[in-house]
Amino acid sequence: MTEQLRIHDHPVLAPLPEPSVRFTFNGREILARPEEAVSSALYAAGISTFGHHHRDGGAQGIFCVNGQCSQCTVIVDGRPLKSCMTLVREGMVVRSADGRPPLPADDVLPVLGRPGEHRTQVLILGGGPAGLCAAVELGKLGIEVLVIDDKPSLGGKLTLQTHQFFGSVAECWAGTRGIDIATILAEQMKNLPTVKVWLNATAVGVFADGKVGVVTPQGYRVIESEALLVALGAREKSLSFPGCDLPGVYGAGAFQTLVNRDLVHVSKRLFVLGGGNVGLIGAYHALQAGIDVIGLVEALPEVGGYKVHADKIKRLGVPIWTRHTVLRAEPEPGGERLHSVTIAEIDKSFQPVPGTERTYEVDTLLIAVGLNPCDELLEQAKEIGLKVYAAGDTAEIAEASAAIFSGRIMGRQIANDLGAKVTIPEGWPSMAETLRSRPGPTQVAEEPDLPQKVYPIIRCVQEIPCNPCEAACPEKLISLGGSIMGLPRFQGTCYGCGECVSVCPGLAINLVFNDYDPTGDKSLLMLPFEFSLDRVPLGMEVQTVDMVGNPIGTGKVVAIRQRPEQDRRHLLLVEVPAKDKLRVAGFTIRGPSVPVEQPASESDDDPIVCRCERIRKSAIVKEIRAGVRDLNQLKAMSRASMGGCGGKTCTDLVRRIFREEGISPKEITPGTTRPLVAETPLEAFVRSTEDSNG
Amino acid sequence: MARTYDAIVVGAGSVGVPSAYSLASRGLKVLVLDRRSAIGQGENKCAIGGVRATHSDPAKIVLCIRSLEVLTTWKEKYGEDIGWKPGGYCFPVYTEKLESTLRGLFPIQQKYGLVNKWISPDEVDELVPGINRKDLRGGTWSPNDGQVSPIVLPVVLMRHALRMGAEFQVGERVTGYLQEGGAIRGVKTDKDTYLAPRVVVATGSDSAHDGEMLGIKIPVTPDVHEAGITAPLEHFIKPLVVDMRPGPEGKTLNFYFGQNHEGQIIFCYTPKPIILGQERHNSSEFLPILAARMIDLVPRLRHMLVRRTWRGCYPMTPDGVPIIDNVESIKGLTLAVGMCGQGFMLGMGVGQEVASLSLDGKTSLPVEAHSAVKFARDFWAGKTEALK
Repeated sequence: MTEQLRIHDHPVLAPLPEPSVRFTFNGREILARPEEAVSSALYAAGISTFGHHHRDGGAQGIFCVNGQCSQCTVIVDGRPLKSCMTLVREGMVVRSADGRPPLPADDVLPVLGRPGEHRTQVLILGGGPAGLCAAVELGKLGIEVLVIDDKPSLGGKLTLQTHQFFGSVAECWAGTRGIDIATILAEQMKNLPTVKVWLNATAVGVFADGKVGVVTPQGYRVIESEALLVALGAREKSLSFPGCDLPGVYGAGAFQTLVNRDLVHVSKRLFVLGGGNVGLIGAYHALQAGIDVIGLVEALPEVGGYKVHADKIKRLGVPIWTRHTVLRAEPEPGGERLHSVTIAEIDKSFQPVPGTERTYEVDTLLIAVGLNPCDELLEQAKEIGLKVYAAGDTAEIAEASAAIFSGRIMGRQIANDLGAKVTIPEGWPSMAETLRSRPGPTQVAEEPDLPQKVYPIIRCVQEIPCNPCEAACPEKLISLGGSIMGLPRFQGTCYGCGECVSVCPGLAINLVFNDYDPTGDKSLLMLPFEFSLDRVPLGMEVQTVDMVGNPIGTGKVVAIRQRPEQDRRHLLLVEVPAKDKLRVAGFTIRGPSVPVEQPASESDDDPIVCRCERIRKSAIVKEIRAGVRDLNQLKAMSRASMGGCGGKTCTDLVRRIFREEGISPKEITPGTTRPLVAETPLEAFVRSTEDSNG
Repeated sequence: MARTYDAIVVGAGSVGVPSAYSLASRGLKVLVLDRRSAIGQGENKCAIGGVRATHSDPAKIVLCIRSLEVLTTWKEKYGEDIGWKPGGYCFPVYTEKLESTLRGLFPIQQKYGLVNKWISPDEVDELVPGINRKDLRGGTWSPNDGQVSPIVLPVVLMRHALRMGAEFQVGERVTGYLQEGGAIRGVKTDKDTYLAPRVVVATGSDSAHDGEMLGIKIPVTPDVHEAGITAPLEHFIKPLVVDMRPGPEGKTLNFYFGQNHEGQIIFCYTPKPIILGQERHNSSEFLPILAARMIDLVPRLRHMLVRRTWRGCYPMTPDGVPIIDNVESIKGLTLAVGMCGQGFMLGMGVGQEVASLSLDGKTSLPVEAHSAVKFARDFWAGKTEALK
């Protein structure tokens, strides 16, 4: 039977059904879970190369796992389809897409249907936090809403977020895991009779007649609305470096989809490029899934994400190297999959410092270098002159909690514009603003030795919008000083209930028990732990670390508290020498990352910029030096951005090359974006089995 | 002091760029002006790239044969890939009426040098595998026609012209034409004034406006057409295909598609009724109508992945034939406008003719061909071209 790289024991996620669907890939039998995307089933079978590009034979695999690019195309029963958007079926025959795919000689004329025509008051594109929260506000007012989402379930990227959220407990479910917020919001849709939801439905274009074209499994529909809200979230930025196109190099979102949605054990050894929240959380999720994280590099002197996110992976033993970058990625000798990354320190002008190169063996490199809004349809609608609104990341890149408020505000605003008399509560815009705040500077940590039997140490030293600790303490002993941006202060007599330890999204609180050892030699700490308990059996000795992962000494796990209220977080009682009690904030779960000898370089020094068309940097530089300043013309001559994704990934990289060539952005004419937003089989436009979905 | 040139070409599109190339090749110091941010950004980039001499109008046949002479040998001559894909044009025929119309064109096509022949249904099927055989009577095939990349060619031509001393000014709008004593003297733009004894108007869809500025009536009215392109497929369709039957529901006339050098299927149709104007955003109707027509003609194409769609204009003259002529009343002024959606395929040939008109003061075309494209003609004489 085939290899199964599955995650069976996840600390947060419930197991998925056992694989039972049989299909073949290049003749080899693959066992997939029911309703699984082909891409995930292939990865679970250890297959990371899905085909080879027609232009240069470059290996193709997953990249976005979000239906946005076409790199994961395979031939399914003779037809080229995106494997990430195609669900497995028993008996399916899948082949790799090697070169230009042939069309099957399938010449039976099908029944030709017409597109369904639909009308709604408000059309919301995107069923993530922003879209759903807007739908709630509109639905509560009895306004007719249609929410369209291209995934099989609602929640958008919330469905991939296994961690507890920051923000405000009362206002946006802070302290609740993203996946559970998705469920709460999806449930709310069911109680709103005027809100309809179409799943597995992709909006592909906004047209001159004001209609939005939507491809659904039942066929193509065109929808007319009085107001259009685009809440399609964001997509990841990319980077161009030698080897960036190897299978095994992809976005953090793709990783979260494979690991957190589909429970595929995609990697054994992972490296992360980018220290924003996405990269930091991606590393944490990887560790939770039993994937070792070899390291994380960030080009800036500090990580851009929340300090608590960075600290928690540092404590677990993951090195974070700031002022570093990935120089190159190399395939396995004679193979195609990523095998190693070479990193180096960079100087103030972001140039590598010679002699600082180190190479690490990894099979996966996550690119997490920021997000760009998915705003093509918004821009098309604006150009056409439609009444169009944007919310969430499509309007402004920020945390999901901010998207929740952005959606609520936009929902009310649309209602107002449609004539409903409803106000936007005064506190909402300022709360939205607060939730969008960048993390503040790091304060000096105080670690007070209080003369109490038990008390919390709160290692929350950076202003971020977050308040679950304040809300959780039954004795109201933790205060943020009136703002969710405030730093928590403990005052009073603690009873040691551990609520704050189990709720802090940053895992930044632990309890110190002073009354554990009458001799005073030892202290007991209560530490949060979100991993399989197999990793720390009772009685095990652990290597203790301080807040940021510096080694301190040893401790011993003497008890484990598990209650349902702890929301899948274990509270470990760890005995440490009394002298260490203030400094110990956790323990490491992995050994040091050891560099290997740098391989003889196999990858080309001229990196791929446009992944879809396999266009390298030199081809773009050549056109720029020949005088091209209009991105449309650059596309024509270099073919960069002419591929399946339509420049969603490489436009930024191309602009960066212009900058490197000394061309001011003012001199550059942007490219034109046109429908379709995602490649669509022609038959979708004539398939019509009205009206099972709407 | 205004800069002086030997010739100014207004409009850097399918016609203007090859015109500048031809004028520069003949040693003239040429300035090209275009209001858009780069060359080829108007109708040119909206073309699907087919180059056929398969027309019924003698001028178009001759001009496209000239275009093909240059384009088919370009790579050989200069080593530059302009996306040439041979394979001809095929008009599949499903009705007796169309068969007789197309067969009736063979003599005139032959007279002007076009190779076009009748082929059997099996031969059509070989060229267009999977084509709907029901009622298929056969078709015509002109093997020497083909395709060129409409987005690459103008840039390649521009770079040649640049090397020959031509100048290209983009993002600059012509606001007036300078005339003196019945002759052209130059142009005024929103940035500057340029002088030249020869001016070529090649402004396509905008040319009626240039006519107003010049004080002459240029009867060119743009109407919009939509087109699209797919992800690349293994090469299997050899020619560009023209289905001349009216489409179902009476919403379309001719329908065109082919597979380009990249392997992408590129397609468009002529809507019915004609949509006047220059609205460049796609309509929601295009893909459903197109899909029904395309799948009906070649069912297996339903599996191809549509990547992008766009809209461009056909700068139409009342009789469907271009205007390529000197203006008698304004010495030094040459019009090369109203290409009726065929500017790209005609472009290279038109460029040569423009050079001849502008520089030699006389046409390079056979007399009867030239008379069809004259500016001074009765555009409403009732003649319409059989193969639009």
